[in-house]
Amino acid sequence: MTTTHAQPAAHASGLPTGRRHDLLRLATAGSVDDGKSTLVGRLLYDTKSVLADQLDAVERVSRERGLDVADLALLTDGLRAEREQGITIDVAYRYFSTATRSYVLADTPGHVQYTRNMVTGASTAELALILIDARHGVVEQTRRHLAVTGLLGVRHVAVAVNKMDLVDWDHARFEEIVAEFRRHAARFGIDDVVAVPVSALFGDNVVDRSDRAPWYAGPTLLEHLEAVPVGTDPSTQPFRLPVQHVIRPQSAQHRDYRGYAGRLASGVVRPGDEVVVLPAGRRTTVSGIDRARADGTIESLEVAFAPQSVVLRLAEDIDVSRGDLLAAADTPGLVTRSLSGTVAVLSDRPVRHRDRVLVRVGTRTVRALVEDVVDQLDIETMEQRTAPDGLALNAIGRVRIKLAEDVAIDDYRALRRTGAFLLIDDSDGSTLAAGMADAPDRSAGEGI
Amino acid sequence: MRVAHMTTTAVTNTATALPAQYTLDHLDHLESEAIHIFREVAGEFERPVILFSGGKDSVVMVHLALKAFAPAALPFALLHVDTGHNFPEVLEYRDATVARLGVRLVVAQVQDYIDDGRLRERADGTRNPLQTVPLLDAIEAGKFDAVFGGGRRDEEKARAKERVFSLRDSFGAWDPRRQRPELWDLYNGRHAPGEHVRVFPLSNWTELDVWRYIEREGIALPDLYYAHERDVFQRDGMWLSAGEWGGPRQHETVEARRVRYRTVGDMSCTGAVDSQAVDVAGVIRELAGSRLTERGATRADDRLSEAAMEDRKKQGYF
Repeated sequence: MTTTHAQPAAHASGLPTGRRHDLLRLATAGSVDDGKSTLVGRLLYDTKSVLADQLDAVERVSRERGLDVADLALLTDGLRAEREQGITIDVAYRYFSTATRSYVLADTPGHVQYTRNMVTGASTAELALILIDARHGVVEQTRRHLAVTGLLGVRHVAVAVNKMDLVDWDHARFEEIVAEFRRHAARFGIDDVVAVPVSALFGDNVVDRSDRAPWYAGPTLLEHLEAVPVGTDPSTQPFRLPVQHVIRPQSAQHRDYRGYAGRLASGVVRPGDEVVVLPAGRRTTVSGIDRARADGTIESLEVAFAPQSVVLRLAEDIDVSRGDLLAAADTPGLVTRSLSGTVAVLSDRPVRHRDRVLVRVGTRTVRALVEDVVDQLDIETMEQRTAPDGLALNAIGRVRIKLAEDVAIDDYRALRRTGAFLLIDDSDGSTLAAGMADAPDRSAGEGI
Repeated sequence: MRVAHMTTTAVTNTATALPAQYTLDHLDHLESEAIHIFREVAGEFERPVILFSGGKDSVVMVHLALKAFAPAALPFALLHVDTGHNFPEVLEYRDATVARLGVRLVVAQVQDYIDDGRLRERADGTRNPLQTVPLLDAIEAGKFDAVFGGGRRDEEKARAKERVFSLRDSFGAWDPRRQRPELWDLYNGRHAPGEHVRVFPLSNWTELDVWRYIEREGIALPDLYYAHERDVFQRDGMWLSAGEWGGPRQHETVEARRVRYRTVGDMSCTGAVDSQAVDVAGVIRELAGSRLTERGATRADDRLSEAAMEDRKKQGYF
C-alpha cells in the first residue's frame, strides 16, 4: 500500500532550523567510469533525498541485471537511451537539502559532448565537484574539466578521489594525485581546492566519515559542501541591471507609473543612486525600488542587491527599454562595437572567420560578424595554436567579433553575468557558443 | 541522524559568509529566478500563455507571474486542458481565480474530441495521455509561442533533463538530443514559425519548496490539498475518488477515509494519500516524513513504464 506515513519531522529533508537556509549550485564533472553517477546517487541516498519508490525501482532493476548491490547510478540516468546503454547523455539537475542548505546539482556527463555539457553545468555553478579515479589519477579529462572550471570562473573546486578502496586507501597515492591536481589547477588560476578521499560505492567520506582512512583529517564531501561560503558580497561589486521589461500599468490607480523590471546582475542599488543607461550613456537618478508583496500590492525598498528581481523607477523620463543596461554611474563598464573573448563551441556548426551571427549580452541581442578566430586552446598541451578552419564542436578558443550596434559589456573575470555572452545562429536560432568577454579594449570602444 | 552529526561539524568550520543584510534564503533565490524567467518571456515572445489547471504548481506560477509584473496586470492568458474528469472543486477554484484576476481563460475539452471521434477512450479509463492532442491544437489555434508549464525537475527522471526554455517542433515534440544548452541566465527563446517554446519557471523547485512558498506567501489552494473525508476505493495501491468518471469497478469497495491529494489531475489516475494535515504546516510536516515521491505516490500514469514520462513528453505532453 502506498500511503504517506505521517512521521515527526526529524529526518534530513531540510526543515528550517532558525538559521537562514541558503542555496548552493554545484556542477559535477568526471571521466568515463570514474563512478560519478554512483557518487551523486550516494549523495542523494545518504542525505535521504531518495524516497522509497525510487529506491524500489533501482533495486528491482539492479536485481534484474544480476547485481548484488543496488546500482545507485540508476537513480540519475533519466532517459531510456541512457539506461539501455549505461551512459549519461545530457546534463541532469538533482536536488537535495540538509538542515543548512538546499543544493541544485548539475550532473554533467563525462564523455558524450563533454565540453558542451560541462560548460552548461558550470555556467551557473559556484562549486565544481571533480571526480578522479584513484587508480588512474589525473587524466586528460581532468585537465579539460579544470580548464572549463577555470574558464567559466567557478570559484570553488572540490576533488573527490574516488575508488580509494581499490588502492587499499593508500595515503601516499592520495597525496600524489592531489599534488598533481593542484599543480594543474594553479595553471588555470584555481587555488581554492579541497580534496577528499572517498569510495562512492561504499559511502566512505561522502556523507558519513570513514574509518578506513585514519590518516585523513579533513571534512567529508558533504561537510565541505555545507561549509563552503556561497555567493559574492554584492557590496564589493558595481551595480548592474539588464532591463528586461518596462512596466506601465496605465491604470487609474497607477496612471503615470513607469518602472524598469530586471534582476540585479551584480552590486547594490538604493534610491538616490546615480545610474547610467547603457549603451546610450544618459545619466539619471534612481527615484524608487519596488517589489510586489504576496497580496499584489507594492512595497518600496530602501535597498536592492544581486540577485534580487525588482522594478526601478528613475527620476527623469528618459528612453529606457529592454536591452538596455542600468549601471552604477561611477563604475559603468565599457560600451563597445568590438568584442574580444573566449568561446566554447556548443553546436555542430563551427565558429569560423567571417561568420555572421547574433550576439546576446544580458537582455540585448545584436547582429555581429566574427572578424577573427584568434586561436584555439589545446587542452592536452595547454598551448594556444592557430585555428585556420575555425572552432568545431567542443573546441575552446579566442575570437574577435564586430558588433552592428553598441553594447555594454564587462570583463567576465570580474563580473560573470554581464561579461557572459552567447553566439546564436540567425538562421535556426540555435545556440552556437558560450562566450566570456575579455577586459574590454578601451582603445576600440567609447568610454563613458 | 548522520546528517545531524555532519551539520554540527560544518558549523565549526563555516568560512565567512555574506553580510547578513545581503543574504537571500533559498526561497528568495527561487522566487527571483522565476520572476526573471516570466519577464524574459514577456520580452522575447508575442503570445505567451500559462497552463493553469488549479493544481498547486500552476497556482504558484500565476502568483509569481502576478508579482513579476505588478503593479501592471498579468500580460498572459491562461490555458486549461480539461480532461472531463477533473475534480469539480478544482474547476470552481480555477473559475474563481480567473474571475478575480480578470484574465482570459482558454479551455480545451478532451470530451469534445471523444464526442466527435478524434480521440478514443482508453481501456483503462485514464484520460491524461489524451490531453496532448487538445493541448497542441489549442496552442496552434491561439497562436501561442510560449507556453508556461509548472513542471519541476525533481518530479521525475526525464524531467531532470528538461531545460527552462524547451523548444518544441510543430508537433509539440520534445527531442532530448536536440535540446539547446542553457547557460547562465541567458535563455535563448528563438524559434521558427510553427514552433513554440515550453517554459518551466519552477524547474529548480522541489515539492517541499512549493509548499514552503505557499506557506510563506499565504496562497490559497483548492480544499482537496488538505485532509478531508472522502469516499475512495483502492486501485493499483492508490486511493482513487469514487465518481462519475468510471470508478469503482466490481470487486472494488468504496470506503470513507481521511485523505488529501498531493497532485490534482485527472480523477481516473490521481490518487489521494491518507492524511491528517488540515493546513499548510501540516502538509509540510507530512512531506518531510514521507518516504514516497509525489508522482510515485499518486500518479498511475507515471507507473505505466520506466520511461512513461519521457515517452509522453516526446509526443508533446506538458
